[in-house]
Amino acid sequence: MSDLPLMELKDIHKSFGNVDALKGVSISINAGECHCLLGDNGAGKSTFIKIMSGVHQPTSGQININGKETEINNPRDAIDAGIATVYQDLALIPLMSVSRNFWLGRELTKKVGPITVMDFEKCNSILMTEMDKIGIQLRDPTQSIGTLSGGERQTVAIARAVFFGAKILILDEPTSALGVYQTSNVLKTIERVREKGVAVVFISHNVSHALAVGDKFTVLSRGETLGTAKSGEIDFQELQAMMSGHKELSELKK
Amino acid sequence: MSTIEKKISLIRSKFSVALLRPDLGAIVGVVLVFLFFFLVARDTGMFSLEGSMNWGIVSSQFIIIAVGACLLMIAGEFDLSVGSMIGFAGIIIAVTSVVWGWPVWLSIISAFVVSMAIGALIGYITVKTNLPSFIVSLAFLYILRGMTIFIAIISTKKTIIGGVTEVAENDWLAPFFGGKIFTGAFDWLAEQGIIQTFVAGTKAGQPVVSGIPMMMVWAIGLIIFAHLLLTKTRFGNWIYAAGGDAQAARHIGVPVNRVKILMFVFTAFCATVFATTQVIEFGSASADRGILKEFEAIISVVIGGALLTGGYGSVIGAALGAVIFGVVQQGLFFIGVESSLFRVFLGVLLLLAVILNTHVRKLITGAK
Repeated sequence: MSDLPLMELKDIHKSFGNVDALKGVSISINAGECHCLLGDNGAGKSTFIKIMSGVHQPTSGQININGKETEINNPRDAIDAGIATVYQDLALIPLMSVSRNFWLGRELTKKVGPITVMDFEKCNSILMTEMDKIGIQLRDPTQSIGTLSGGERQTVAIARAVFFGAKILILDEPTSALGVYQTSNVLKTIERVREKGVAVVFISHNVSHALAVGDKFTVLSRGETLGTAKSGEIDFQELQAMMSGHKELSELKK
Repeated sequence: MSTIEKKISLIRSKFSVALLRPDLGAIVGVVLVFLFFFLVARDTGMFSLEGSMNWGIVSSQFIIIAVGACLLMIAGEFDLSVGSMIGFAGIIIAVTSVVWGWPVWLSIISAFVVSMAIGALIGYITVKTNLPSFIVSLAFLYILRGMTIFIAIISTKKTIIGGVTEVAENDWLAPFFGGKIFTGAFDWLAEQGIIQTFVAGTKAGQPVVSGIPMMMVWAIGLIIFAHLLLTKTRFGNWIYAAGGDAQAARHIGVPVNRVKILMFVFTAFCATVFATTQVIEFGSASADRGILKEFEAIISVVIGGALLTGGYGSVIGAALGAVIFGVVQQGLFFIGVESSLFRVFLGVLLLLAVILNTHVRKLITGAK
C-alpha cells in the first residue's frame, strides 16, 4: 500500500449560523483500509460525511485527494472523485426492480432504429454476475428491491457503488437497523470490498461492529476528533469509554 | 434442491410475478366487463361495428387524459387542473380562430404552447415549493376555469363559441384532430356489403362507420409512446425513481425536478389533445368543458393498478382502466339502465381498486 493517503481532511470546521458542528476534525484515509468513524449521536458524524460527499462545504479546513488540494462543491464533484456514499435508508427504491435500481442514473442503452432504449439483457446479465460475486441469490433481476432483506439491500447498494468505480466508500450506519445475521453479512461485504483496495469509511455508533472490520478508529465527540487508533492498539472498553466521554456506561445508568 | 423442486419454485415465482403485475386487476376487470355486457347487451347492437365505435370513442377520450395522468402519478404527482385545462385550451382555439381570425393551425399550436407552459409552471411551483401537487394543481383548477370563462365572456359575451368548423374547413392541421383515417377502406368494405350503409336521410348509401376517428388514433399513439417511454427508456427508469423515492433518486444523480416538470407538461399536452379533438369535432368550444375530467383520469389510472403514492403503475393498465370506464358508461346506456348508476359503479370500482393496490404494494415492498 502506498504511503500517500487517498484522501486527507485537515482541521475541518463547519458552522451552521451560531452552531459549530465541527471544530477541527482531521482524518486521513488509505486505500484498502477500513476507517471507522465512531461517535455518539450529535458528535458530528453526519455533518462530517456530508462534507466528504459534497452535500455540505466546510467553513474552513483543507481537503486533499491523492495529495492534491481539492474542493468538493457538490455531490457530483465527490462522485467524480470516486467518493460514493451509501446512506442508511436512502440507498435504494423498494418498488423498483433490483436491476432498475442497480443501473439507476447510469443505465446501459442501445439503439433500436432511431430510438435509444435501455439494454435490459446486458443490464440483467451483468447484475446477476455481480450479485453472485457478493453472495446474493437473486431469483430474478426483475424482482423488486422490497423483496430483499435489509442486509441484502445494503449489500446491493455497496456492490453498486463499487461496481461504478468508487475508490472511497462511505457507509452511513449500514448495520444500525439490522439483526445479528444480516449484520454479519454486511460486515463480510465490507471485508470483501476492502480487499479489492477500496477505502471504506464506516460510520457507526456500535463499537463491536466497528471492531469486527476496522483497521483504524477515529472517535468524534462534540465536533472534535478525540484521536485515531489502529486496530490492536485499542480495545472495546477504551473505545466505548471515549465515545461516552469517559463516563462508564454503568455510571451513566445510575 | 432437486430439479423438480426447482421447477416448482420457478413456476411459483413466475406466478407471483404475474400477480404483481400492476395491470392485472385492470385486465381481469376488462374481461369481466366485456363478458357481462356481451351476455346482457348482445342484442342491443352494442357489439356491432357502429356500437363498438360508440364505446370505442368514449374509451379513447378517457385514454387520452389517463395516459398523461398515469405517467405523472408514477412520477409521484397529481394534476387536478386537467379538466380546467381542457376547457381553457378549447376556448383559446375558438377565440383566436373565430374571434381574432387567426388561421386554425396557428390557434391549435398556440393552445398547445400556452397549455404546456402552464403545465411547466404548475410543475415548477410544485418542485420549488415542495408543496403537494394536489394543492398546487387545485389552485390551477380554479385559476384556469375562471380565466376560461373570463376570456370567453370578454371576447364574445358568451360561454360557448361556435363557428370553428367553418374557419377550419381548409386548414392543414385541423384534420389531424377532427378527421378520420382509412375512409377509403371503409367505403370499400361498405361496397362489398361487409359494413352496413345508411338507408335513408342525407347520408343514404354511405357506410355507418366511415373511418377511424383521429381521437382513436391519438389514443393508441399516446398509449404506445407512453408505454415505450416508461418501460424501455432510461428516462422511464427516472420516472419510476422520481415517484418511488425522490430523495434516493436525487442522491444517485437523477434529475428528479426535470422529470417531474416534464410530466406536468406531458399531462397538459394530453389535455390539449383532448380539447382540440373536441373543438374540431363539435365545431365549438365551451367554457365548461372538461369538468370532472381530472378525476376520471385519476380513477382510470388507479383502476389500472398505479399507486397513488407514485413509483408504480402501468400505461397499459391505465388504458384498460379507461376502456372499463368507456364500456360501462356506454353499456349502461345500451341496456337502458339509469345513467346515474354509472357514478355509483365508478365509486365502488375505485374503492376496490385502491384496496387491491394497497395490498399489492405490501406484497412488493415486503411490508407485513
